[in-house]
Amino acid sequence: MLCKISLSIWMATVIIAVFLLPPPQAQLGDVSRVFFFHVPMAWIAVLAFLLSLIFSLQYLRKKDLNYDIKARTAARLGLLFTILATISGSIFAKTSWGSFWNWDPRETSIFILLLIYGAYFALRSAVEMPDRRASLSAVYAILAFFTVPFLVFVIPRVYQSLHPNDSVINTRLQIQMSSSILIAFLASLVGFTWLFLWIFRLETKINRLLDEMEE
Amino acid sequence: MKSSSWAAKAGWLLFKDLKSEFRTRYALNAIFMFGLTTLTVVSFSVGGISSNTRITSSLFWLVIFFSSMSGLAQVFVKEEESKTVNVLKLSASSGTVLVGKLLFNLVLLLILELVIVPLFIIWMNLSILNIWLFLSVLLLGSLGLACATTITAAIISKSHVKGALFAVLSFPILLPLLIVGIDGTRKSLEGVDFSAGFADLRLLISYVVVMLVASILLFDFVWNE
Amino acid sequence: MISLETQNLGKWFGKRKVFEGINLSLREKSSLVITGRNGSGKTTLLKILCGLIRPSRGEVTIKQDGKILILEKSRNHIGLVMPDLELYGELTAWENLNYLGRIRGLITGKEDLKEMIAGVGLKDREDDLVSSFSSGMKQRLKYAFARLHQPEILLLDEPSANLDEEGISVVEKIVTEQKERGILILATNQREDLKYADEIIQLGR
Repeated sequence: MLCKISLSIWMATVIIAVFLLPPPQAQLGDVSRVFFFHVPMAWIAVLAFLLSLIFSLQYLRKKDLNYDIKARTAARLGLLFTILATISGSIFAKTSWGSFWNWDPRETSIFILLLIYGAYFALRSAVEMPDRRASLSAVYAILAFFTVPFLVFVIPRVYQSLHPNDSVINTRLQIQMSSSILIAFLASLVGFTWLFLWIFRLETKINRLLDEMEE
Repeated sequence: MKSSSWAAKAGWLLFKDLKSEFRTRYALNAIFMFGLTTLTVVSFSVGGISSNTRITSSLFWLVIFFSSMSGLAQVFVKEEESKTVNVLKLSASSGTVLVGKLLFNLVLLLILELVIVPLFIIWMNLSILNIWLFLSVLLLGSLGLACATTITAAIISKSHVKGALFAVLSFPILLPLLIVGIDGTRKSLEGVDFSAGFADLRLLISYVVVMLVASILLFDFVWNE
Repeated sequence: MISLETQNLGKWFGKRKVFEGINLSLREKSSLVITGRNGSGKTTLLKILCGLIRPSRGEVTIKQDGKILILEKSRNHIGLVMPDLELYGELTAWENLNYLGRIRGLITGKEDLKEMIAGVGLKDREDDLVSSFSSGMKQRLKYAFARLHQPEILLLDEPSANLDEEGISVVEKIVTEQKERGILILATNQREDLKYADEIIQLGR
């Protein structure tokens, strides 16, 4: 109860601060405020993927279905935040650079993360037996993770080859972080992480109860 | 009378699979039909524009990728569907199965390329300026493709949907390979020095190594329930 | 000297319990018959004993001369005949046994294999495709496959399925032989098969 209230207050404060403070990117004006939300969401999307990976590893080691519940919950939240990050990033791109999608390295990476999550859930829905479903999705999560380092190297080259003369658009417009903006940003980061963990705990509990109820 | 190294056992599995395949031709038919159809469509529509190496190299890998998707899952799906998987499980260790099946997919892919690649070159009027780079990229790329698709095929063979799921799962995993392969092939068409292609070749080799290691570590969890 | 033991073996598929608390201790020259209604888990138990499936709880311990065999090694000491097991239809009987043997690491000459195939009553059929076999013939070939590596432990699920009188007498011969040299475990619904048993357990009560 206390957690819920403090979390709400924290997030409310962050949201208000985001709109009260001067916009982080003076040239773009109000639109740049999305930065306070977009970056934390993208960060959570990655964090969720890492968590999903860790729980998948744990499942393969211990064969405890609770780890599978955790892996799947983390992945679901990760998918949600990936979609949110993609949409918010896309809106930002449209208003600052004129087009919704550019295939720049960040956009490409988030899109691939979306594909991986999609594949993960497609796999889960195609397997009925719980142990098998848990093993196979755990294996896939780990397999997908192995390809991530390659994407880190390979994607920048893709962008360079698509837009060989466009160094202008590629550089993030520098965001001058005065101390108040920095604090607001960090507060937003903390807030979203807190939100994620809170939802994660809740969903894990719910899923565990649901599974037990089916008995 | 016991014998054999693990290599010999995997070799016999490969031999058995090849023999089965040549008798039934399930995978071969799928791969060839798909490959030839895609290739034909591609060359009808784009055939004249051979000067755009970027398009040509992308189409090249597109044909190979989609042909793989239509036939490389057979290696495990057929065993599950005809219920012969148990017989294999009782006879072979998981390592033998992984290596044998991987080699089978590689052979299948190479057979496909033996036909498709010359046709592609002829129909698309290609001039490959650096043939060694072209071949190296093709071979390493095929090896990477075989590695990644084998473990994915094992995963989907245990599911209900199988067909469509194979492409859905493979695509994110194969994306780095495709990107680098396309880049490398493009360079070979443009005739850059072999040394300029090193970056791509290095990435391809590391992809193969990583996929192999990942498959070896993870295959057991898929094969043994 | 081969032995097979299980401790508190249990299996669940998700939430559905198949069985639990199975304790077995079998030594050479012993036989066990597992009975139970359809769906009581007989086949699942056999699959667990030979390592095709992992148990949810408990362990299967197979020892040879007192040394514990890990799963990879124990595979070579167990043979299984089961309805849910098929040989490769597009290969001949001989090719099936030859290739599967070699994949296991056995080198067996063609003549020896022909003898084994004849031994299950399929004389002169070794070069016929298995897809052309009747279900009874396939069942007999499964026996040849199960015994290819001369396993000390033989697991039979529905041993008389699809077999005519002659087939059944082949099975009887195999069963008697196996009881002499190793461990025999049978899962069945047929009353007649109970005569093979030293010990009987019933699943699904």
